[in-house]
Amino acid sequence: MNAESSVPTAAGAVGVARPRVEGRAKVTGGARYSADEPVPGLAFGAVVVSTITRGRVLDIDVAAVQDMPGVLGVIDHRNAPRLNPEAGHFFGPDGGLRLLQDDVIPHAGRPIALVVGETPEQAYAAAQALPVVYDVRPHDTEFFFGHPAGRPASALFDGPVDVGDVDAELAASAVVVDERYGTPEEHCSAMEPHSATAWWEGERLQAVDSNQGPYQIAVTLATLFCLPPERVRIRVEHVGGGFGSKGMCGPQLILAVMAATRFGRPVRVTLTRDQVFLATAQRPATDQVIRIGADADGRLRAIDHVAAFELSPLAEYIEGCTELTKTLYAAPAIRTRLTAVPLDILPPYSMRAPGAAPGSFALESAMDELAERLEMDPLELRLRNEPVVGPVSGLPFSSRNLVACLRQGARRFGWADRDHRPRMRREGSLLVGTGLAATSFSTGAFPSTASITAEPDGTFTVVVAATDLGTGARTALTAIAADALEVGVEKIGLRISDSDLGPAWSAGGSRGTASWAWAITEAAAKMRGPERPATVTADTAHLLGELPSRERHAYSAVFAEVTVDPATSEVRVRRLLGLFAVGRVINPLMARSQVIGGMVGGLSMALHEEGVRDPVSGRHVNPDFAGYHIAAHADVPDIEAEFVPDHEPGLPMGVKGAGEIGNVGTAAAIANAVWHATGVRQRQLPIRLDRVLED
Amino acid sequence: MTNDTRSVISLRVNDATHRLCLDNRRTLLDALREDTGHTGPKKGCDHGQCGACTVLLDGRRVLSCLTLAVTAEGAEVTTVEGLAGDGELRPIQQAFVRLDGFQCGYCTSGQLCSAVGMLAEHAAGWPSAVTADLCPDGPAPALDAAEVRERMSGNLCRCGAYPSIVRAILEEAR
Ligand code: FES
Ligand code: FES
Repeated sequence: MNAESSVPTAAGAVGVARPRVEGRAKVTGGARYSADEPVPGLAFGAVVVSTITRGRVLDIDVAAVQDMPGVLGVIDHRNAPRLNPEAGHFFGPDGGLRLLQDDVIPHAGRPIALVVGETPEQAYAAAQALPVVYDVRPHDTEFFFGHPAGRPASALFDGPVDVGDVDAELAASAVVVDERYGTPEEHCSAMEPHSATAWWEGERLQAVDSNQGPYQIAVTLATLFCLPPERVRIRVEHVGGGFGSKGMCGPQLILAVMAATRFGRPVRVTLTRDQVFLATAQRPATDQVIRIGADADGRLRAIDHVAAFELSPLAEYIEGCTELTKTLYAAPAIRTRLTAVPLDILPPYSMRAPGAAPGSFALESAMDELAERLEMDPLELRLRNEPVVGPVSGLPFSSRNLVACLRQGARRFGWADRDHRPRMRREGSLLVGTGLAATSFSTGAFPSTASITAEPDGTFTVVVAATDLGTGARTALTAIAADALEVGVEKIGLRISDSDLGPAWSAGGSRGTASWAWAITEAAAKMRGPERPATVTADTAHLLGELPSRERHAYSAVFAEVTVDPATSEVRVRRLLGLFAVGRVINPLMARSQVIGGMVGGLSMALHEEGVRDPVSGRHVNPDFAGYHIAAHADVPDIEAEFVPDHEPGLPMGVKGAGEIGNVGTAAAIANAVWHATGVRQRQLPIRLDRVLED
Repeated sequence: MTNDTRSVISLRVNDATHRLCLDNRRTLLDALREDTGHTGPKKGCDHGQCGACTVLLDGRRVLSCLTLAVTAEGAEVTTVEGLAGDGELRPIQQAFVRLDGFQCGYCTSGQLCSAVGMLAEHAAGWPSAVTADLCPDGPAPALDAAEVRERMSGNLCRCGAYPSIVRAILEEAR
């Protein structure tokens, strides 16, 4: 198939709202997650994590617990297998993976030992009793913009740009906004804690693990343990959410493999909830300064976005906060800089909508402040700065339907009646305000393989190493395969969730469905070719290179209405509406769930989520759901989401991604609504009670 | 140390009796998952903070991670596996599927058991923190969306399926 020629198919399954294929299993308790897999002869590993933030382990007194009931043994840096320091991921080698290799403590919550026992209770009792002696060294966990350790971030993506003369354009602007915005450390907080069960079957390492991509994880694990990739198999039937935190080879899997190897039997390692907070990926804190200049009529002259984020010296990472700034609005001058500040913290990693979620909070708050100073409708300000081509890249947009999102959303929300001045609306004792934000999220595909077998009974077995984290991948890929083969969905037998199924990208970057769908449609095209082979395999690696350079993004506009109680400062979100341009919608029922779920995440980011660190100990003080609040039922109104017609010409079926964009604009829309209600700007998330009515 | 003290108990789960020799520290959640083969109830936190482990104990919703298994002897435990009798889904289960009241599904068994228990509490006239009229002789509070959200707030869902969960419960309540 030519890269730009894909046309929506006329057949029936894609575009139809259909309940999930695994729906029945999920409402009857039959769906199996990683820790549900029955394995005979299972032993249990309990992880011990560092209580200090920086220093060394002087001693771990294994003898003190060795004779406790049911204890099989303890693995620590003195007896753990040696791991390959080259192992890593997308960003390069990752010291975060090299567990139990030495006595160095690089951050609080670092796994330092695994206690293995016959039952979970016995393993945990011994883990809690295990005496550890530390040599405590001074730490630095205090993040701020001008931190002396700051250095330019890796430019693997979201590198620095300079278009036009920012300073001259700002000097010539009628109005300039120059403000600083911050977002805290945030945790992915999937409801399923990370769990892995590992065992050896002859020469082959077998594992069931909660992760976002069994193939990629198997490759990393093989590298880490210096095994040929074909000797590692990882399966993952159902995953209880990931949101980025299960994108990497997790500590549960590494430690389970060590224990299975050492004790010669299957071992299950499940992180406790506080360990999920302390030892699995978090979104780093960000500190961002934005300067925007505009003419009196609202036309932008310059955007200058300078952002810093924290990371760990153990692993490279990029929180690409400035990415949206390069593409969302037309301006003759755009400058971006990204600074990384290494601190003694857990290596951060992608959390749902990495970079875009904190970056858009800053950019879309600043745009609202600009509208305020121009005394202009914030909707009109956005419409006036719609670019014709990529403002930095100069490339055409593959398809751009932001204006449709803004206009349809405004109509539906009743935006035209808004008095744009703050603190004008009261209902009883409550202050009421509305706000909006525009967003984009980059779209595309990664290389993947898929194979299809025509079975004698007329059905097709479709095989791809995809995973379904709750995205609906099973259901969506079944529909895509049915349409690509021009048969009904009942003829499709889909196999996913197994690293043995061949190379495939993980669920992440809003590119899972597009990447897997592309491989499936390629295989289907071969299957329908003149030779009609019984089994075909397709690999999209070469096709991705043929895709012409374009600005490829999904878009959305989010509208929020909040009430603020001036007596208590409590903010309640009363209405939330999102209009989305996410390419062709494969299954409107699931796509709506996904973007609404993203908006719930954005609401939670706006109002609740904050990883709080004690500066003295350097530790998180709220690593549980009592201290780290995520939005609960009572926080969430009946959210509305709609899709505008959209089509991505470069990708099969015209799909973009819908996995992350829902998270992106919501925090700014809510913060802007809180300003509209109260007249007080919210430049630091979350919008805590103490921040609402005081400056 | 004597921390391997065990007890032999009978546990009634979904109308079947299980004779078990259990570590006294074993929670009802772990007993269900590890000993009786009911992996429908999920462990999201093990600390009573997420609701994923919710089951019904004599028809009332409890957090099975905060319940010691030995204390459940003599009670009728109902897990998500026991909600659908004879393979036929209950209407609320059907509504969850039809309205897409979940994504990853990890919180779902807790949401479903909690909803069943909550509807019974409401039918028995129990008020909630958002019930306006607390007069004991007054009419039972109407079950609107605000009541459902308040009463279900012990069941977290990180996928953010709340709006469709509430819709499914309201449909069942009608
Ligand atoms: S596992 Fe019981 S409340 Fe979270
Ligand atoms: S459906 Fe994933 S946590 Fe609720």
